[in-house]
Amino acid sequence: MRSSRSLSGVKLGTYYVVHMPEPDDFDFWRERARGLIQCDVPPDRIAWVEPGGSGDLFAHGKRRMPVPPKDAPPVRANRRFVSLARNAALHSDPERFALLYRLLWRLQANPRIMEDKADLDVRKLEELDKSVRRDSHKMHAFVRFRLVEDADENGEGAEHYVAWFEPDHHILRANAGFFMRRFSNMRWSILTPRGSLHWDGETMAEGPPADRSDAPSGDPTEDLWRSYYASIFNPARLKIGAMLKEMPKKYWKNMPEAALIPELVAGAQKRESAMVEKGTLEFEERPETLAAIDKAIHACRKCPIGQLDNHAVMGEGPQDAALMIVGEQPGDQEDQQGRPFVGPAGQLLDAHLEKVGIDRRAAYVTNTVKHFKYVQRGKRRIHQSPGAKEIDTCRWWIESERAIVQPKLILAMGASAARGMLGKTVSITKVRGEPIALEDGSELWVTAHPSYLLRLDGPAREEQARLFDADLAAVKERLEELAG
Amino acid sequence: MASQTILQKLEILADAAKYDASCASSGTAKKNSLGGKGIGSTEGMGICHAYAPDGRCISLLKILLTNHCVFDCHYCVNRKSSNVARARFTPQEVVDLTLAFYRRNYIEGLFLSSGIVKSSNHTMEQIVEVARILREEHDFRGYIHLKTIPEADAEIVHQAGLYADRVSINVELPTDSGLTRLAPDKDARQIEGAMGKVKADLVEAKDARKRFRHAPRFAPAGQSTQMIVGADAASDADIVGKASRLYDNFRLRRVYYSAFSPIPDASAVLPLKRPPLIREHRLYQSDWLMRFYGYKPTEVMQATEADGNLPLDIDPKLAWALKFREQFPLDVNRASREQLLRVPGLGVKAVNKIIASRRHRNLRLDDVALLTQSITKVRPFICTVDWRPITLTDRADLRSLLAPKTEQLELFAA
Repeated sequence: MRSSRSLSGVKLGTYYVVHMPEPDDFDFWRERARGLIQCDVPPDRIAWVEPGGSGDLFAHGKRRMPVPPKDAPPVRANRRFVSLARNAALHSDPERFALLYRLLWRLQANPRIMEDKADLDVRKLEELDKSVRRDSHKMHAFVRFRLVEDADENGEGAEHYVAWFEPDHHILRANAGFFMRRFSNMRWSILTPRGSLHWDGETMAEGPPADRSDAPSGDPTEDLWRSYYASIFNPARLKIGAMLKEMPKKYWKNMPEAALIPELVAGAQKRESAMVEKGTLEFEERPETLAAIDKAIHACRKCPIGQLDNHAVMGEGPQDAALMIVGEQPGDQEDQQGRPFVGPAGQLLDAHLEKVGIDRRAAYVTNTVKHFKYVQRGKRRIHQSPGAKEIDTCRWWIESERAIVQPKLILAMGASAARGMLGKTVSITKVRGEPIALEDGSELWVTAHPSYLLRLDGPAREEQARLFDADLAAVKERLEELAG
Repeated sequence: MASQTILQKLEILADAAKYDASCASSGTAKKNSLGGKGIGSTEGMGICHAYAPDGRCISLLKILLTNHCVFDCHYCVNRKSSNVARARFTPQEVVDLTLAFYRRNYIEGLFLSSGIVKSSNHTMEQIVEVARILREEHDFRGYIHLKTIPEADAEIVHQAGLYADRVSINVELPTDSGLTRLAPDKDARQIEGAMGKVKADLVEAKDARKRFRHAPRFAPAGQSTQMIVGADAASDADIVGKASRLYDNFRLRRVYYSAFSPIPDASAVLPLKRPPLIREHRLYQSDWLMRFYGYKPTEVMQATEADGNLPLDIDPKLAWALKFREQFPLDVNRASREQLLRVPGLGVKAVNKIIASRRHRNLRLDDVALLTQSITKVRPFICTVDWRPITLTDRADLRSLLAPKTEQLELFAA
């Protein structure tokens, strides 16, 4: 084993500093790493310093490399490691060369380490490789040349294609070949903040880092390209997420067509909302009294819940209540009695309200969804949570109630109620305990639904009951502030 | 008409081309412009140079040479009786556009199709002319995909294959009766005959290259086709059957499915309702099952429901697994590759990783979770050292547990 071999002149405690001539010089790293491994220098005894890096920190370190003994065994590295390492060396992570050395060091003892996908170093290497490959691929895709007419070395006017690109990693030189093979009979330059490339049709020249202002600012052909981009887009199928995943916003500023995206999206959404208004949701005018809402919800069949054998349950409480308490939907008991929160969850709610000193009779108590959604199991009707679309359909009614009661504070209990107020699904644990401003000037507080407490027992129930009480107490305090 | 600018023509002819789903630029022979007179390269992997807000990749300049057409196919926006703006490019204009876009690195190449003007032969000749100018006069070595016209002479179609990386002929509709009703000018036998001819050319060229290194290439990226879904009464089972016959008979690289979308000035023969977009997606998934997961067409058909259509709320692989629950759970430490590929939620990559890792350790549920996208979907169908789904596969409501919770709003359902 390695540890038993003589240390060939390397003193314990010696520190080596390797100054990389270029940030992407894998071959230099490989040559240095090979020598250091053969001299048995452990990873924590080496500092790899990039050009412009702070070598001063390691001023006490040796710059002269140790000389490997004549009988040193060859350094082992498998093909998988080398191909990943070659890419990972281009990453902008300053720790990359140390990681590569550490893995090479470990490879000597365990040649199969690259197969262990759960090893942290292996995973990190694969991660670096992946992001460099992605960066290169995006460079092939998103570089945009602009044409400038300038004079070549013979003083004749010639076409010159110039691009400005901002890669995340040190990939410019590694990708020179791709652009050379593709545009071999074209004069082109790619300028980046990390350096530049110039191809004159015969030779490749490297230049210093460039600035955006060094690149041309436009090209008449971009108008054609933009009009192509807008025409090939199908507004009937908007998938912004899919676009952003492959073309993140950071690339947009250097792509002429990207300036159109907000306009195209807005146009498609306008078309969408016009369709929705005309088609799926045909509500009449908003009812102006609570009695009118009560009557209307009994006739509502706009979602499948309304088709079940059940009765709508209207909210109850003073029309000028400062506090509105919103639950999910009526349960079995509520459906039979026609009043909100009278079943087991209602009784639990009452107990907690009483404990913190909120008078339920002074609050307007209602539900996000007006009908009881259930499945029949024998004689029992088993509660089913409403779907997002059903909640969104039923928002019309809770919004009508809000418009009439105009509470100062709304307490939404459970995820369905929160969605009914916000129009999107939120995590209770993330939003509870803090006020959320609503558009009409009122304040929304979110807490768990009391039926959630009913499903727990033991310490979990105690803990949740404590959180529930804390939320109610905060609401009470805030109500007093608002009244004051 | 003569006053139309290039910009106006481009708008009309790109808009008319967007109903063709294909935009692939991968899988062709490697070539580059070193030692040539022009520009262009293809290095195996396709490149998406931009993405539109509809999430689709823009890889090629996809346009029609003209949207004038003597045919009257009811599902097509460019049919003779349709009242849309018309335009026409000359071959040289298409060449100039392609090169101007390519030089600026906007595209991988050209995908050219056309409405039928004068005659099928004349149109095909014009399409081939564009490719000829690009390849011969400009030594263009980027990607070219040409749509070929089944009614044109075989000799001209052959010429197209010599210039193009890929050729395609649309079968248009999954059933012959649908084609007769909706595309009265087209003939199913003629379409399949043309595809058979292209296949024969492909085989012959490949064979010749084995013997002569400089034998001309013929469409190195093969041929593909497109079917319109939802315009006729064909069920998913019909479509899957048709696709698998096409793959077998004509060695297709890809079958594309395009959900019939309501087009401006639609014909009265068509159904008013468009099929849900998700149906197209489910068909692509079933296509994947046949091509990469070792499912036979009959097995995909087993996943369909009573009406012959794939379920829309869950993917076909899950649908199949739910129907054949007795095959699960599978032990990830022992099951064969073929078996693992049938586990809902395990893709080809995940299966490869599982097989590589289980040589080194007995996999636990946490290990599998590291190697897959979502362990919740996989869990009911597998066993590991520390996990065995006791009741899950027997539960009647497993489907509703695994189906995605949020319902996608169907926009533009009208």
